[in-house]
Amino acid sequence: MEAYDLAVIGAGPAGLAAAAAAYEAGVKKIILIERDREMGGILEQCIHTGFGMFYFREDLTGPEYAARFIKKVKAYGITFKLNTMVLQITQDKTLVAVNKEDGLLMIKAKAVVLAMGCRERTRGAILIPGTRPAGVITAGTAQRFVNMEGYIPGKEVVILGSGDIGLIMARRLTLEGAKVKMVLELLPYSSGLTRNIVQCLQDFEIPLLFNHTVVGIHGQDRITGVTIAEVDIETKKPKAGTERKVTCDTLLLSVGLIPENELSKQVGLELDPATNGPVVDEGMATSVEGIFAGGNVVHVHDLVDNVTRESEIAGRSAARYILEQKKAATLKLKTKAGQGVSYVVPQIIHAQQMADELALSFRVKEVYKDKRLEVSLATDTKTKVIRVRKRRILVPGEMQEIKVKKEELLAAIGTGESASDLVLTISVRKEDEDENE
Amino acid sequence: MNKEIICIGCPMGCPLTVTVEAGKVTNVTGDTCRKGKEYAEAECINPTRTVTTTVSIKNAMYALISVRTSKPIPKDKIGECVRHLRRIEVEAPVTAGEVIVKDILQTGADIIATKSLDLYQ
Repeated sequence: MEAYDLAVIGAGPAGLAAAAAAYEAGVKKIILIERDREMGGILEQCIHTGFGMFYFREDLTGPEYAARFIKKVKAYGITFKLNTMVLQITQDKTLVAVNKEDGLLMIKAKAVVLAMGCRERTRGAILIPGTRPAGVITAGTAQRFVNMEGYIPGKEVVILGSGDIGLIMARRLTLEGAKVKMVLELLPYSSGLTRNIVQCLQDFEIPLLFNHTVVGIHGQDRITGVTIAEVDIETKKPKAGTERKVTCDTLLLSVGLIPENELSKQVGLELDPATNGPVVDEGMATSVEGIFAGGNVVHVHDLVDNVTRESEIAGRSAARYILEQKKAATLKLKTKAGQGVSYVVPQIIHAQQMADELALSFRVKEVYKDKRLEVSLATDTKTKVIRVRKRRILVPGEMQEIKVKKEELLAAIGTGESASDLVLTISVRKEDEDENE
Repeated sequence: MNKEIICIGCPMGCPLTVTVEAGKVTNVTGDTCRKGKEYAEAECINPTRTVTTTVSIKNAMYALISVRTSKPIPKDKIGECVRHLRRIEVEAPVTAGEVIVKDILQTGADIIATKSLDLYQ
């Protein structure tokens, strides 16, 4: 059994940031565990630019962004193990891991940061009917093949899903000589960045079909084509009579990401059905004492800069827990996704121990223009609006942030309130809509 | 001449109509903030892009190493740039920032590695 103060699971952007931040906060005995053969995580296959605009105020590629943190972690002398898979975590923070050199490995830590990231939804998750030929792969897998391993998955490609990975791959495959015939999007809008729609599709005249999906896959050994159809905007069901066949040798799926929480479930963390990640507090502490989480394992982010910031909080909180053995304060608020909001992170706020200001991350359910964002606090006896912000545009594809101040929260709670029923709600309101509607 | 473009300044994605006369933007409509005009100028007069792609690498952990242009190059040269780089092969070790091709297609931009790869048996 090896003993460490802190074990970080995953050496992608989240794990790297958490490990570095914990070290900077005074914890020296840290182990970083990564199942791939190098650190950096998915950033290593994201060779395009667009990373670090907020954190570094520079436009970096994925590998360049990762390298800055890898360099730090190495300079700090943080122990890292590559090609190592964590199989189990127990509530007393013992990790069971496996790799070729050590065989089965037991690691005892005082605190753990979960930074496993997320995985792609596959064909099974969206139930496309048809045969089961080769050539139907997720966009991220294709990205790894094309950018790192040196394989082009096909020559004639249809992409389902207009999230950023799908858009980036449309450009990448085009540049590598494949013909990307179209990108299909079930919704009437893209969840990808406008910049990517312009620079990945329009630059190469690749058609983007909204309200369309794949309703059939054809081919025996290799995919030979798909049947696509228009969908009804309300029901999302294919419209009869709109089906048409499109030949292709590859179907790329860019249909969403799911936080990777096998270990979280096994150790018994409370999960949030809205995010598919663990319920966390303002310090990214989960429901099991001494286990923290950050990045895409908690909720899927659009920007790595936010993954870094969130995971630094997790790393610092873990350090504080290790060095001070601090118990959570008793005054506990729950956050709630109100009208037009699909989830809020963190789900729990300990108002007395939060920093002076806390950024709440959330996503909206649809595209909203010229609306008010409202944060309200409900106690047993009253509901008080504590913050209102006007927003010109809110889109589901872009994670939103609103800040709340400690003093505002404590003032709104007042004295003598029961700690069980404090709920902080974020809602989207029309300009003229009353809070009680 | 009028050009129809979508502003990429923010998620609003304002549809802009840009009038270009004698190589100059003379009018922009459809913009709802100052970013629109700036973007229209850049995109209609001399559109440029930072190109990112890969080149082959020998004796490394992977078959490819990622590279980028050291500064944005004219948009109409992207295809030629990537096609040119498909023929390039380097040998490990390579350090991020190392110049792979100097002054690609006489654009003044170098092709630089964005990743470090050690010698690997």
